Amino acid sequence: MSLNNVIEVNEVWKSFKTVQAVKGISLNIPKGQFVALLGPNGAGKTTLVEMIEGIQKPDKGEITIMGKKWKGNEDTLHNIIGISLQETRFIDKLRVTETLLLFAGFFKLGARRVNEIIDIVGLGEKRRSYVVNLSGGQRQRLALGIALINTPQIMLLDEPTTGLDPNARREIWDILQRLREVTETSMILTTHYMEEAEKLCNYIVIMDNGVILREGTLDQLLIQDSASKVVEFTIENGTFTDPFDTKGLPFSIRPGETGDKWMVVLRDFDTGFPEFLAFLKSRNISLSHMECRRKTLDDLFVSLTGRKINE
Amino acid sequence: MNKLFRGIQLWRLIKALFLEIVREPGVLFWGILFPILMSLGLGLAFTKKADIVRKVAVIPYTGSANPGISGIYTFLEDKCKKSPSEAGEDYKWKYVIEDDKLGNSVFLFYEMDWDQAMVLVKRGTLSLILRGEEGMTEYHFDPMNSDAELTYLKLSSVIGAGDIIPVSSNSEIRPLTVTGTRYIDFLVPGLITMGVMMSSMWGISYGIIEKRSKKLLRRLVATPMRKSHFLIALITVRVAMNFIEALVLLLFALITFRMTIQGDISALILMFLAGNIAFAGIAVFVSSHTSNTEVGNGLINFVVFPMMVLSGIFFSYHNFPEWSIPVIKILPLTMLTDGIRSIFNEGAGYNEVVLPILVLTVVGISFFTAGLKIFKWH
Repeated sequence: MSLNNVIEVNEVWKSFKTVQAVKGISLNIPKGQFVALLGPNGAGKTTLVEMIEGIQKPDKGEITIMGKKWKGNEDTLHNIIGISLQETRFIDKLRVTETLLLFAGFFKLGARRVNEIIDIVGLGEKRRSYVVNLSGGQRQRLALGIALINTPQIMLLDEPTTGLDPNARREIWDILQRLREVTETSMILTTHYMEEAEKLCNYIVIMDNGVILREGTLDQLLIQDSASKVVEFTIENGTFTDPFDTKGLPFSIRPGETGDKWMVVLRDFDTGFPEFLAFLKSRNISLSHMECRRKTLDDLFVSLTGRKINE
Repeated sequence: MNKLFRGIQLWRLIKALFLEIVREPGVLFWGILFPILMSLGLGLAFTKKADIVRKVAVIPYTGSANPGISGIYTFLEDKCKKSPSEAGEDYKWKYVIEDDKLGNSVFLFYEMDWDQAMVLVKRGTLSLILRGEEGMTEYHFDPMNSDAELTYLKLSSVIGAGDIIPVSSNSEIRPLTVTGTRYIDFLVPGLITMGVMMSSMWGISYGIIEKRSKKLLRRLVATPMRKSHFLIALITVRVAMNFIEALVLLLFALITFRMTIQGDISALILMFLAGNIAFAGIAVFVSSHTSNTEVGNGLINFVVFPMMVLSGIFFSYHNFPEWSIPVIKILPLTMLTDGIRSIFNEGAGYNEVVLPILVLTVVGISFFTAGLKIFKWH
C-alpha cells in the first residue's frame, strides 16, 4: 500500500440478483487527484462509487480509504468524505439555508460555514427559496454544496450533471474547477459525458460491463496510439457494402456521424493514408470532402467497445 | 462539548422535520380542522333529532262496497291534511305525530297501484304499503326491516285508535342528556384516539418511506448523523403535532358540546402518551423495509383499516359477534380508546388505566426495537 493513495480498491466484486455489476476492479487514487469514472449506463460506475461510499458492501475484495476500512470506522470516514448521490431529493418545504444548516449540524458546523457554501455554489439569490422551487441545476448545486460542507478530503460525486442543460452543466464545472485550484481535495466523479471527464479530471477510468477497459491521463489514453488519426469523409459516387470490404487491408471503414459520412481509423497515418487513397482509387470512388483529426475519447471508446458511449 | 453538539444536531433535525409539516397548508385542514368538522357533523346529527319523514303507499280501494267503510280512507280523509294540489307536492295526504323529544314523525301517503308500490319498496323509497279490504286495514311490509316495523307500529296506533294522545307533553320519555351519556361524549374520545393512530401511521410511516424512496435517508446516513436521532426527531415532531391536534379538538368539544373530563387529567395525558408510543413504534416497524410508496400505502391501510372499523370509534364494538369481542379488546386502538373514554366519561383514574398504559408502552417499544433491527437505511 502506498501512503500517497487516499483510496485503494483491490479486486472488488459485486453482484445483484441478476447482474454482475462489478467484476474484479482494482483502482488506486492518489491525493489531490480528480478522477473520472467514464462509461455508459449500466457500466457499474454507481455500484463502484457506492461501495467506496460505504453504502454497498463488496461481495469480494477490499476497499480502504485513507488506509481505513469502512467496518468500524464509519464515523471517521463519514467526517472526511463528501458525497453527492445520483438524484437525491431533499426536504421540499425547507429553505436552502435551512437544508444546509441541517447538514452542517451533523458535522458540528454552523451558520458561518453555510454562508461560505452558499457563496461557493452561487446560491446567494436563492438562499431563502424552498428546495422544491429550485431548478434542476440549482438543486444539483445545493447537493454539491452539501457534499462540500465538511471541507471533505475526498469527494464522491455520482453523475453530478446528468439531465442538466449545457448552461447548468457549465456552472457545476466552474465550481469544481475552482475547487481543484484552491483545495487539496481528491475526487471521484462518474459521468457519461466525455467532455466532462476531459475538462474536470486529470485521470480517466473507462468502464464498461463491470470492468475497467483503460485508465490513465487524457494524454496517456490518447498517446498510446498517437500516430493513429481519424479520417472522416464523404464520397461522390458509389458506396461501401457491409462489412465494408476492407479485408486484407490495415484499416477498416465505418459509417460516420451522419448518414452520408464515413470514417476510417488509420493506425499509422504516414503509411496508412496512401494505402487508403489507393484503395479508393481501385474502386473508382472519388472523395468529395475529407477531414483528418486526432483521436478523441469518443473514438477510443468506440474502438474499445465497438459502440458509442451514449448508445 | 460533544454532548452539546449532539443536542444541536437533534434540535436542528426536529426543527427541519417540524417545518416540513407545518409549511404544508393541507396539514392545518386535515390535521386540525377536519376532526372538528367531523365531530360537529356527527355530533349534531346524533344529538338533535330531526323530523323523520316516512313515506307510505296506499293502494286505492277497488271493491264494490263504499270506500268510506275502509278504515284507512276514514283516517286519510278525516284526520290527514290533504295535499294542496297546486303546490306541486306529489303526496296525497300528510299526517304529523308531534314529539319534541324523539322528533316529529311525518307520514306522507301516496296513492298508487300495487305494482308501482312494489317497485318503490324494492328501491327502498318506501317500506310500508297500506290496503283497505272490506273495512280492514292491511299493512304490508318486510318483518325483518326494523324501520318498516316502526312505521307500522306508529301508524297502526294512530289509525286504529283514532286520535293519539299528543306526545308534545309526553311525560313517559326522559331523554338522557347527562354529560357522559350522549353520543358526542362517546364520539370525541374516539376521534382523538383515531387521530393519534392516523397521523402517527401516516406521518411517521409514510414520512420514512417517502424519504427512503427519495434517497434522502441514504444521504443522511452518509453523514455522521446518529441514526437514532433521525427517528427520535421524527417521532417527537409527530407526537407534538398529535398533541396540538387533540388539544384543539378537545377544547372545541369542551366549549361547543359542554363535554367534561370526569376522570384524572394526568392519567389522561399519560394514556395519550402511551397511545402515541404504541403507534409510533408500530409505524417505525411498518416502514422499516419498503421504499415503494404504494407498498407503503397498502401496509399502512392493512394496519389502520381493521382497527378503524373494529375498535369502536364511531359505534360500540359490542355489536360485533360475541367471539370477536376479546380479540377486538386487545387491539391497540381499542385499548387506547376504551382507556381514554373511561377517563372522560366514567371518571376513571390511574387504577383503571394503568394496565392499558403499560401494555401500550411495551407494544410501542417492542415494535420500535424490532423495526430498528430490520431497518433499511439504503
